[in-house]
Amino acid sequence: MPRYLVELAPLHSELILIIGAMVLLLWGAFRPETERQADIISWAAIGVLALAGIVLARQPLGNNTLFDGSFRFDAFARYVKMIVIISSAGALLLAPNDARRGKYLKFEYAVLLLLATAGMLMMISANDLISLYLSLELQSLALYVLAAFKRDDVRSSEAGLKYFVLGALSSGMLLYGASLVYGFTGATNFNDIAAVALTKGAGQNIGLIFGLVFLMVGLAFKISAVPFHMWTPDVYEGAPTPVTALFAAAPKAAAFALLTRVMITAFGGIKPQWQQIIIFLSIASMVLGAVAAIGQTNVKRLLAYSSIGNMGFVLVGLAAASPEGIEGVLIYLATYLVMTLGAFAVVLCMRRRSGPVEEIADLAGLATTNPGMAATMAIMMFSLAGIPPLAGFWGKYYVFLAAVKADLWPLAIIGVVASVVGAFYYIRIVIVMYVNDAKSGAENRFMRVPLRESTVMALACLITLLGFLPFPLRNGSLGDWIIATASAAARSLFG
Amino acid sequence: MNVSNTPILSFVTFLPLLGAAFIAMLHNDAKGNARWIALWTTLLTFLISIPIWTGFDKSNAGFQFVENAAWLGTIKYKMGVDGISMLFVILTTFLMPLCILASWESVQERVKEYMIAFLVLETLMLGVFCALDLILFYLFFEAVLIPMFLIIGIWGGKRRIYASFKFFLYTLLGSVLMLLAMMAMYWQGGTTDIPTLMSTKFPVQMQSWLWLAFFASFAVKMPMWPVHTWLPDAHVEAPTAGSVVLAAILLKMGGYGFLRFSLPMLPVASHDFAPLIFALSTVAIIYTSLVALAQEDVKKLIAYSSVAHMGYVTMGIFTFTVQGIDGAIFQMLSHGIVSAALFLCVGVVYDRMHTREISAYGGLVNRMPIYAFTLMIFTMANVGLPGTSGFVGEFLTLLGAFQANTWVAFLATFGVILSAAYALYLYRRMIFGELVKPSLQAITDMGPREIGIMAPLVALTILFGIYPAPILDVTRASVKNLVATYQSAIKTAEAKP
Repeated sequence: MPRYLVELAPLHSELILIIGAMVLLLWGAFRPETERQADIISWAAIGVLALAGIVLARQPLGNNTLFDGSFRFDAFARYVKMIVIISSAGALLLAPNDARRGKYLKFEYAVLLLLATAGMLMMISANDLISLYLSLELQSLALYVLAAFKRDDVRSSEAGLKYFVLGALSSGMLLYGASLVYGFTGATNFNDIAAVALTKGAGQNIGLIFGLVFLMVGLAFKISAVPFHMWTPDVYEGAPTPVTALFAAAPKAAAFALLTRVMITAFGGIKPQWQQIIIFLSIASMVLGAVAAIGQTNVKRLLAYSSIGNMGFVLVGLAAASPEGIEGVLIYLATYLVMTLGAFAVVLCMRRRSGPVEEIADLAGLATTNPGMAATMAIMMFSLAGIPPLAGFWGKYYVFLAAVKADLWPLAIIGVVASVVGAFYYIRIVIVMYVNDAKSGAENRFMRVPLRESTVMALACLITLLGFLPFPLRNGSLGDWIIATASAAARSLFG
Repeated sequence: MNVSNTPILSFVTFLPLLGAAFIAMLHNDAKGNARWIALWTTLLTFLISIPIWTGFDKSNAGFQFVENAAWLGTIKYKMGVDGISMLFVILTTFLMPLCILASWESVQERVKEYMIAFLVLETLMLGVFCALDLILFYLFFEAVLIPMFLIIGIWGGKRRIYASFKFFLYTLLGSVLMLLAMMAMYWQGGTTDIPTLMSTKFPVQMQSWLWLAFFASFAVKMPMWPVHTWLPDAHVEAPTAGSVVLAAILLKMGGYGFLRFSLPMLPVASHDFAPLIFALSTVAIIYTSLVALAQEDVKKLIAYSSVAHMGYVTMGIFTFTVQGIDGAIFQMLSHGIVSAALFLCVGVVYDRMHTREISAYGGLVNRMPIYAFTLMIFTMANVGLPGTSGFVGEFLTLLGAFQANTWVAFLATFGVILSAAYALYLYRRMIFGELVKPSLQAITDMGPREIGIMAPLVALTILFGIYPAPILDVTRASVKNLVATYQSAIKTAEAKP
């Protein structure tokens, strides 16, 4: 291997994704445009993602920085990148069947998804305001196109446009914040900013605080924390469902990692200043996510509010601003990824002969017509509600554990109460599936669950049900392993 | 002096889960097979659980049959029973086969799922009583909601959806606050191990908050007045076996929680809040008895009487006397048997008439003599007639209360009178009088299956009423130890300021 490639080792997974995207783009462009081609290319893209994942997993840790400190690879980065790659691969696996039936199966889908993923991986490693912005835009631009991918569909185009306009607005705010931070610290590198933030009186530096607030606003848009969440339900509802499945997990995890790194690494010195903002965002997201979801009748909108609420819970961990808190964040993101994929796999199978349906009422009687699908959805819903021993409980457990240690009692109490309110709409879906009667007639039945979707469902169920139970996997359970890895990853951020 | 080193508690706890897995693999139409597998699994679980009682060392106040294994980091998989929890394990394994039998004919839809839900429920309930790790306990405690929610929601009556939501959200809200308290205990004590935390001294200021959080959970579960309102709804709408489990075992988790956590871990706060508990208990005893008097629905009446009886339990626990706590445990076990039996009795006539309105019955003694006799025994036990198990528990708790606070004992005694009033009134309206209603002309007496269900319950009610020693012997050492630690903790707390 040439020396420059060895030196770029921490960047290998990103390189693989970008090169893979380019190759597949050329391949797709020079081959006849058929659905078969698109399917092959999406399998190839999954292969590229898998390769990137393997390279990532084998990448030795250590204090790896590249490009004059603007790119940082540590245990934290590796952990979140793994989550992003897995959820991208899952979303890509779920796409072709729906796309074929919806007549929008095109090879660009996989290419755009690879580019977005590359952008997300860069975001996670960004250690400089400039690399932060560049990587964020790389993923955002690809995602805007993906949201509007069903280009003949009005709702999809609307979703893409909405996402683009609001995303551009948030990027503007973020840039403004970055320029303020640069102006008042004279640095763009997070470590240099941290040095300034650590000096005495940095907390009274109005310019720096303003910059920080604008940066946070921009990032809060990306993780759709209340009050910057307005785009989420519309985009979730309008975008093609496989794209929504992607939106719900991977970009959220990446943006959250970015937010975490900015807060902990760059602004660790003025923690009291940003902690109160995070607490507000967290409480607002949890409460609104829980309350606003109650009135929803569309499954995708409901899951949009659910993701808002979930981001609120993840923010609880960040609010604690301790290694335990970040550990909770990381565990939460991992469990959330599994539940999201499982739930969306079910939503993707809500398709009748006449076309896809999205209303909660359409799930009525699913337990008799399709027990496997109903059981999957029920498990995901109970898990999202945070009922032990399902995986979703442990995410909540660890973020609240950190909040309790940090003595953030109001946050913790409001949080658990919001989780009870949230449980109401999750279990309502279970009731609809198990208690209400199905509409009779073959035309009201869902079509058969395709193999890819059922695989994702089965895996999600297994992990959610058994992942944290004491079943030995070599040594310890999967949950054990996730917790240990998350703990090491969280501590790498605090150095 | 353990029988052996076999992990008997884990085995008993998870055996029903194995049965559930078997049923899950059955074909959808295999109703009969699902029933038989469920019955055999629960019977086998009961048989295997008997050595826990026979091998139990009565002189040992600590935990026995302890199992300890690594789980998630600091959270351990630790199981064990002491004199307080052991009998609840037996009660659970004993009642489950009866529940399965009671649903034999009344449940005809989704039999497979029903049996799975019950077996999973059994595992979780047993886990609650065996867990010796805070988080493990919480896990079982909370997970119980899932099968119970489904049992009420799917196989319940007309207003089942409302009832199941109410049940789920009420109990969940209580438990999440408890979870926060458990987390605070973990950071304070550095461990989630229950025996270690029992000997940890928590700061007095902190104890009050922790106590209130635990109280939020256990008071809902008990249920104590005024957070009892979910219980009548849940009871009325649940299928017979669901009501049985709810009344006989799920409610006991609240009392068990007070005994396992509030008293030993937070003695000072328990002492400070005892007047609150006394007040709520007396209100529960008198008020809910009066409410029971006015009920038109049999199940609702028994549900309110359960709330009243649980009032004796909380009162007994917070007297901090050996008699009071012994009585509370006895009352819980006795109520477990008697209320289960009463709900089963209601189930017997409900299966025939499909109504729970008291006014729909009357003069049943003419056509159903065996039923009338059975119901009379349990009515008497519910009233607390000497010679039945109901008497021992009530008497001991009142004895304890008399030492702690004469007024409380005085007021609580009215509950005994009122319970006689509503129970006998119910009995008269249902059983005695002329059989005039045309719909009742063809009603048949209990069949062999139903007699088979009732017989062990009748036997135990009388046995423990006449000879309560088997239960009191088991609990004595643990209760004495509990009271002793409490008193020394109070002494140190009073000496300090």
